[in-house]
Amino acid sequence: MGRLLRKRPALGMALLSGVSTAVGIVIVLAIDWFPVQASTASPQIDTLWDVLMIASVPVFVLVMAVALYSVFAFRAEPGDLSDGEPIHGNTRLEVIWVTIPFIMVSALAVYGWIVLDDIEAKQTDPLIVNVTGQQFAWRFDYPDEGKVKSTELVLPEDRDVEFRVNTDDVLHDFWVPEFRLKTDAVPGLTTKIRLKPSRIGEYDVVCAELCGLGHATMRSAVRVVTPEDFDAWIAKEQQSETDGGAAAAGGDEAAAGKQLFTETGCNACHTLADAESASAIGPGLDELSADAEKYGEQNDQSPEEYVKTSITEPDAFLVPDFNAGIMPADYAEQLSPEELDTLVKYLLSVSGEEKP
Amino acid sequence: MTLGAKLRGPGWYRAALSQPISLAFSVGLVAAVRALYGYDPVLDGNAITTVALITMPIGFIVGIGCFDYWFRWASGAPTVPEDHSGHGAKTWRDYFKVNTDHKVIGIQYIVTTFIFFILGGLMAMVIRAELAQPGTQFVDPNTYNGLFSVHASLMIFLFIIPVFAGIANYVIPLMIGAPDMAFPRLNALSFWMLPTAGVMMVASFFADGGAFATGWTAYAPISTETPIGQQFFTIGVQFAGASSIATALNFLVTIITMRAPGMTFWRMPLLVWANFTTSLLVVIATPFIAGSQFFVLLDRSLGTHFFDPAAGGDVLMYQHVFWFYSHPAVYIMMLPGFGIVSEIVSTHARKPVFGYRMMAFSLVAIVILGFTVWAHHMFVSGMFDWMRVPMMITTMLIAVPTGIKIFSWLATLWKGVIHLTTPMLFALGFITMFTLGGISGIILAVIPVVIHVSDTYFIVAHIHYVLFGGSVFTIFAGLYHWFPKMTGRMYDEKLGKLHFWLSFVFFNLTFGPMHFVGVDGMPRRVADYADQFATWNAVISVSSFIFGLSFLVFLYNMITSWRQGPRAVANPWRAHSIEWQVSSPPPIFNFDEIPTVVGGPYEYGVPGAVHAVFGDKKAPVKPAPAGGGGAPPPTTE
Repeated sequence: MGRLLRKRPALGMALLSGVSTAVGIVIVLAIDWFPVQASTASPQIDTLWDVLMIASVPVFVLVMAVALYSVFAFRAEPGDLSDGEPIHGNTRLEVIWVTIPFIMVSALAVYGWIVLDDIEAKQTDPLIVNVTGQQFAWRFDYPDEGKVKSTELVLPEDRDVEFRVNTDDVLHDFWVPEFRLKTDAVPGLTTKIRLKPSRIGEYDVVCAELCGLGHATMRSAVRVVTPEDFDAWIAKEQQSETDGGAAAAGGDEAAAGKQLFTETGCNACHTLADAESASAIGPGLDELSADAEKYGEQNDQSPEEYVKTSITEPDAFLVPDFNAGIMPADYAEQLSPEELDTLVKYLLSVSGEEKP
Repeated sequence: MTLGAKLRGPGWYRAALSQPISLAFSVGLVAAVRALYGYDPVLDGNAITTVALITMPIGFIVGIGCFDYWFRWASGAPTVPEDHSGHGAKTWRDYFKVNTDHKVIGIQYIVTTFIFFILGGLMAMVIRAELAQPGTQFVDPNTYNGLFSVHASLMIFLFIIPVFAGIANYVIPLMIGAPDMAFPRLNALSFWMLPTAGVMMVASFFADGGAFATGWTAYAPISTETPIGQQFFTIGVQFAGASSIATALNFLVTIITMRAPGMTFWRMPLLVWANFTTSLLVVIATPFIAGSQFFVLLDRSLGTHFFDPAAGGDVLMYQHVFWFYSHPAVYIMMLPGFGIVSEIVSTHARKPVFGYRMMAFSLVAIVILGFTVWAHHMFVSGMFDWMRVPMMITTMLIAVPTGIKIFSWLATLWKGVIHLTTPMLFALGFITMFTLGGISGIILAVIPVVIHVSDTYFIVAHIHYVLFGGSVFTIFAGLYHWFPKMTGRMYDEKLGKLHFWLSFVFFNLTFGPMHFVGVDGMPRRVADYADQFATWNAVISVSSFIFGLSFLVFLYNMITSWRQGPRAVANPWRAHSIEWQVSSPPPIFNFDEIPTVVGGPYEYGVPGAVHAVFGDKKAPVKPAPAGGGGAPPPTTE
């Protein structure tokens, strides 16, 4: 056998390649590459991936097989000072290895284009969701559903959705791996993604474009629910938004403050036990009452003034070990003066208690 | 020499003196301008740092002596055109001076770039230590972002691009039968700009607010808003870029005008072709990254609004300009490696390069196509939709010339007499690993797939297969191959092979699994990640530490062999190209007599074939005027 292969190297090569290709294709198809499929685009992209894998295996196997086979079959004996055959080229071979890759990549490009057209096809009556990225949190609002605002992304199953993605500050990238689709959030532009959620479940929005210190933890929850649950959720959110306003006016300031804290995205960077946030990008707020007294005194401010200034002009005073330019400086525009007051009161009220 | 004379003459004393002077000048300039405008305070740390980042490197380069000859000439003082006092190295001290010998500059480049390679590698080790498990263990997010940004910038701008310039500096003039590069003093200036850029990038860790932390891509607008550390990148890149452009011009002029008689374009070794095409890329593309960073510099320092949409700026413009350089930069980092592998495969398999002309044409094709694909880095950037499909097609077409190269190397191996030396092992490792990187490159052209995997660890895996399994393997191959020529000594073959196998195995265990976690949803550039990726990341980290340690084998081998390895003969590989026909290391002016080229560079197995002859007045080929039409193309087919 060994002697035969040495006499007919091309035959040995072909055998080796054929077997390895079959094994390789089985392996790449057996690997569970992707997260679950939660949008109608997912199966199309996953199938495209499988086709790319199937096309890749023979190319890689061929290269490996020729390289390995040559090393074993044509290896110099120790002390062998001879030269190989002076073969300078072979036009027919060269034409073949220009033509075949050309045909392969052209076919794959056409297939890729078809899938792209398909997943970006125009939709009928999509649910519009505005997505806004900021350092380091996402906000969602539903302009056609009573202008509901949320920090959690809730979507109905089997309905077309169009995301219109914006950013308050730097580049972010809106990505739900289970949906397979992503787009950058670009200052000055509105970018779009169209998709149809196809699987009930809970996922994460992942920020995929480096946006600063909190990039790694810039995540939001996504829930795909039945259309009925979605309608119920919208109704509840509308109700609680009216309630939230009423509560703030009527006196339940703690609830309103907590809601502001999460909706504005404060929880993305600051630890606060009452709001169940545990991020350490900015100073922790569990001791804020004491800190505000201490630092406020240094700056001739009352604790309330100190907290308010720290929100609206974050670089005016820096807590030791924290740098300037990290906290967004536009909260004076994002929050109304009333909201700001509610937030300040809330923060001072929940940060002074003794810890159990 | 008195201290006064030392401070006046070129060298390290004057370079050291230049630093406080440059700093004082920066403080003075900032204070004067700010006082004139009535700004308060007059002394602004960020402004002074920015100006000092420009004046101190220039002060250093002037102090060390790169401009002395030109200043004398410009001021009308007498100069000696054939002054060779700064040429060649007699002691190790001469490597620390401005030197005009391409061989000395080549070594200076290689040693300097390897120092930055080690620094960048250590940063990678810290990155992997942090990523060994989810959560934050060793470094805070700001330091982490700084680490991967500086890691990538050093590896790209201070290692891969310039180390190829270093190898080529040493080898190209010898290969084409030239006594030196066309512009030896410009060559020295190119080298000395490089360490200033590298020191700047490393020094950014000591800046207020930490190192630049926006990735090596430095996308606006985050790069225009982050602390002063960013400025170290923005300005450092200008020095590295200027160095590259000057070297590339030097290579172009050298290759076009200084080839030995008989060295037609179709007789040039493929490494010369590779550097010719690379230099074209550098000269055309590098000004674009300079432009992109100048925009950032102006936005940061002078309050312009190139990337501020509220004032009419355009954020995506940054990415277009940046990638118009940075995609061709991928080929700047790959084509010289292609050249090195062609030399090694042919020599160590004792066969002519299969399809020599197609190999040269494919380099040219890659240069041209390389300029038409930049937006494939921007498929999810929000740019106009119509641009994506054309860029997908051009990107996939690059597979064709790249495929020609891979298949031609394989055909060169076929029926050769293969000597599995260390350079050959690295060349084989390159061919197989680069094929994987190429395949994931094709996958990364198919837009629907990219929409899912862009900005994930799949990208990290791809670029390391291309740049480590690709470029760095060819760098190791080239260094082992030309080590005897450069040092006059042989390296230790056993250690070389150990280095190869450790690198090859742990390279794959480090970067292979990144494909899986990427497709499964792990984004890149994160210090913390979801628990589901913990197992693979632990595997990757452990492998990466062993992979890092494998470099010590290389380092030990290089240092001990250079000091006390066995003496190397002139031509240990029995190669045909001209650099092997002179002593190891070569004479100070390369050739006692200029060779005449009489045939192709890879005529292994052709009885009696030679590439070049020395002093044979009856050479069968009429000497070709350098740069002119030359002799008719030889029959290499």
